[in-house]
Amino acid sequence: MTPVDAIRFDEAAAERPSAEASTTGIAGGTGVRPVAVRARPMVLADAVLRLPRGVLYGVAAFVLLVVFPVGNLLMPADSALHVSDYAVTLGGKVMCYAIVALAMDLIWGYTGILSLGHGLFFALGGYAMGMYLMRSIGAEGVYHSELPDFMVFLDWKAYPWYWRYTEHFWYAATLVVLVPGILACVFGYFAFRSRIKGVYLSIITQALTYAAMLLFFRNDTGFGGNNGFTDFKRILGYPITAPATRIVLFCVTAATLLAGIALCRVLVASKLGRVLTAIRDAESRVMFSGYNPVHFKLFVWTLSAIMCGIAGALYVPQVGIINPGEMSPANSIEIAIWTAVGGRGTLIGPVFGAAAVNLGKSWFTQALPEYWLYALGLVFVVVTLYFPRGIAALWPRREPQR
Amino acid sequence: MVPKRCSRGRDRAAPSRGRAARVLRRAFATACLLWLSQAAAIAPEIVRDLASDDGDARDKAITTLVAGGDPRALTLLEAWRNGNARRDASERVLLVDGDAAVDAATGAAVTPVPADLDELTINNRVRRELDSAINALRLSSADVGTRMAAAKALSGDADGVALPAITTALAKETDPGIKASLTLTSASIQLASGNRDTRMAAVRTLADSDHEATRTLLQRLLARNGAAFVEPDEAIRAEASKSLRVVESRLARGDLVARVFSGISLGSVLLLAALGLAITYGLMGVINMAHGELMMIGAYATYVVQGFFRSHAPGAFDLYLVVAVPVAFAVSAVVGMALERTVIRHLYGRPLETLLATWGLSLILIQAVRTVFGAQNVQVENPSWMGGGVEVMTGIVLPWSRIVIAVFAGAVLLAIFLVLTRTRLGLFVRSVTQNRAMAGALGVPTARVDMLAFGLGSGLAGLAGCALSQIGNVGPDLGQSYIVDSFMVVVLGGVGQLAGTVSAALGLGIVNKFLEAWSGAVLAKIAVLVFIILFIQKRPQGLFAFKGRTVEA
Repeated sequence: MTPVDAIRFDEAAAERPSAEASTTGIAGGTGVRPVAVRARPMVLADAVLRLPRGVLYGVAAFVLLVVFPVGNLLMPADSALHVSDYAVTLGGKVMCYAIVALAMDLIWGYTGILSLGHGLFFALGGYAMGMYLMRSIGAEGVYHSELPDFMVFLDWKAYPWYWRYTEHFWYAATLVVLVPGILACVFGYFAFRSRIKGVYLSIITQALTYAAMLLFFRNDTGFGGNNGFTDFKRILGYPITAPATRIVLFCVTAATLLAGIALCRVLVASKLGRVLTAIRDAESRVMFSGYNPVHFKLFVWTLSAIMCGIAGALYVPQVGIINPGEMSPANSIEIAIWTAVGGRGTLIGPVFGAAAVNLGKSWFTQALPEYWLYALGLVFVVVTLYFPRGIAALWPRREPQR
Repeated sequence: MVPKRCSRGRDRAAPSRGRAARVLRRAFATACLLWLSQAAAIAPEIVRDLASDDGDARDKAITTLVAGGDPRALTLLEAWRNGNARRDASERVLLVDGDAAVDAATGAAVTPVPADLDELTINNRVRRELDSAINALRLSSADVGTRMAAAKALSGDADGVALPAITTALAKETDPGIKASLTLTSASIQLASGNRDTRMAAVRTLADSDHEATRTLLQRLLARNGAAFVEPDEAIRAEASKSLRVVESRLARGDLVARVFSGISLGSVLLLAALGLAITYGLMGVINMAHGELMMIGAYATYVVQGFFRSHAPGAFDLYLVVAVPVAFAVSAVVGMALERTVIRHLYGRPLETLLATWGLSLILIQAVRTVFGAQNVQVENPSWMGGGVEVMTGIVLPWSRIVIAVFAGAVLLAIFLVLTRTRLGLFVRSVTQNRAMAGALGVPTARVDMLAFGLGSGLAGLAGCALSQIGNVGPDLGQSYIVDSFMVVVLGGVGQLAGTVSAALGLGIVNKFLEAWSGAVLAKIAVLVFIILFIQKRPQGLFAFKGRTVEA
């Protein structure tokens, strides 16, 4: 083996974001020599959260569920504790993205499957919710028809069959879970069964979301073509732009995010989570040990897609628009970079990664719109080259003291 | 008598008389023309009718003019068509050309040009009649090319005013192509004739047509106008539907040719885009998401070269591609090698990270091009020899640019094949692909080979961009629209083999175009993507082309 190759394999093993020190010895499964095991930052980050976890959750819940609503609704505008409407909308949006990043982390950071199609599941959840929101506009559209404006424009006389019952919120909410879930389940079954993995799976998922984007861009598909859904008026009877409605949506999103983190933590700490990391680090070994990786992958893949769908459903009423652009391959790749920036294989990292990238994006697109793509591109390159463990690696090393 | 002889007198029924006779005839014709220019050619009352606002009188005048077959009439009608025919208060028609004016009736120069002139009426009906009349008159031109062009222009939907001229021209036309075209044209005009036998003959004749408009004409004949048929005679209707079937099957055949060609054309574009990927991804295992942007850079390099030729060597503009091809290759190859040295080199063996990093690079490249060239698309002009096309059937033109690109793709493929199998670099690339460690142990500079192979793949992307600049828009987003497609080609074709890439590219191109006709462009694309996803279920080997006895990680 040339020195070059030795270094390469070392890198490959070292960069693997492993929470399980014991698995690094077989990293890559190529039979190269083990890399020195050392305490990994994300283990520390984990540890930081271990004892005071209840406290941390409490603080986060207090800030999101009490400080934001009170600051936004009750504090006068000139008060230092006032939270602006803009901050609420942005915060809600970022939390939706954080849920997506969390879902991506589950499938990529823990199971080693890089999906470039998660934007599709996000958009599908959003469209399912959007259908309900469109129905609840009623006859207040531009054409004062019971049908959405885009259908009037296409001269459609009735809703197509797949719009049936979407005027009921709970049915739409079921669709939010079922549509991404079933699609992911079917697609995942075929993909994992024929052992498509690694970059092949990434490319195929990218093609999937690209195909869906083309489909939704068509007017005849019945989802508003390239304008998508917008101009929502109310949700569950409440005006959608009212501050109180917005803050309720914000709180629901925050609760969902916290619940998502809790769920993922339970999941990755369980035996199932161990198998997932094992699949990531040495799938062949998992197979030879008598596990069928297909079932595990399929489960976590579907769960991840459903989380994305829910995030999309929360996103649409807060942002007020959903269009096929959400399904563009670029969007899905961006999801991967949120997770990478935050730190794969940690749960709290991707949440911060999504927040950091998206807050950076809103700042850049306002202050220096020309340079946003440079910045984003650099983030992609720099994080993969120099910070494979992301923000989570910067977490203070506090474990030894405890 | 003499002017008449000039326009009609050349006896085309006997082309075998030899060159001397032809030269003589041409000289005679020239003499006639010279004589003509001084003669009063057109009856004043006809000119007056032309200028009148009465539509029927105008039609009749035009018909008379065309039937007369007078070259002066052509001048007059052309001037009218171009808006240069004016009428003065005394109903005189003047042909104005800048500061000079000629009386249409007498041919005498009128000086000075009168001040208050009205333009002769031109509306859509007049324009149609004029076009037909002008082309009908051109049918008697001495030049075969002019006659052919006129016959072509008349085919399809000629106006009735052209019929007498067409009939006359048919009688003396010797060129079989023109003759066939004129026969069909006159038949399509005669469909509206009042005489049953004429219509019957016309319908029979039209069975030989391969013109899109003939189908419409025949269908119109078979349609119902309220309760009654447009064509009252039952026998003619039966004949017409028979002719219609023949014409339709002929059109369908032409359609097939066109579709296969556009499929091959799309396939060759995909092939060009995917060949570079077949090197970087197929042989080196590097997922290069910036491949599309390297294509874009190649296209912009072509744009720059084109601009340079336009400003510095406009005389040699047609040759700019000769320079642009190597430049596009070199620029993209250099950018690619720079990317390899700075970023990708550190990520070998980590394909997912490579994917993300190269995506980042692609974003940076897009924005860089936007900063330098602007976000708008730029215009890359084809060299003149790429304009036009080969007409294989009526209405089916294979554009030269597409043909050139298909040939170019073939040439690039051959070159790559030779490089990989016949050169030292190719040998090294293959050895590193098969067994990196062993190749290194035998003294192959693996890192250098990596760089050069990546440069080769990137250069191919540049060539693809250069080709794309000739058929599509050149903008910063050019690469993005091809990246998914070209990855699909490589995935479908299997990794590490050029033959797979070629068949996948052509297959996808043709399938795509056929589905497109059947279901529309977007659904076709979706169907192809779904097909690929299903295909790799059946043949994941296409995906996992293990090289030698390695085992997956």
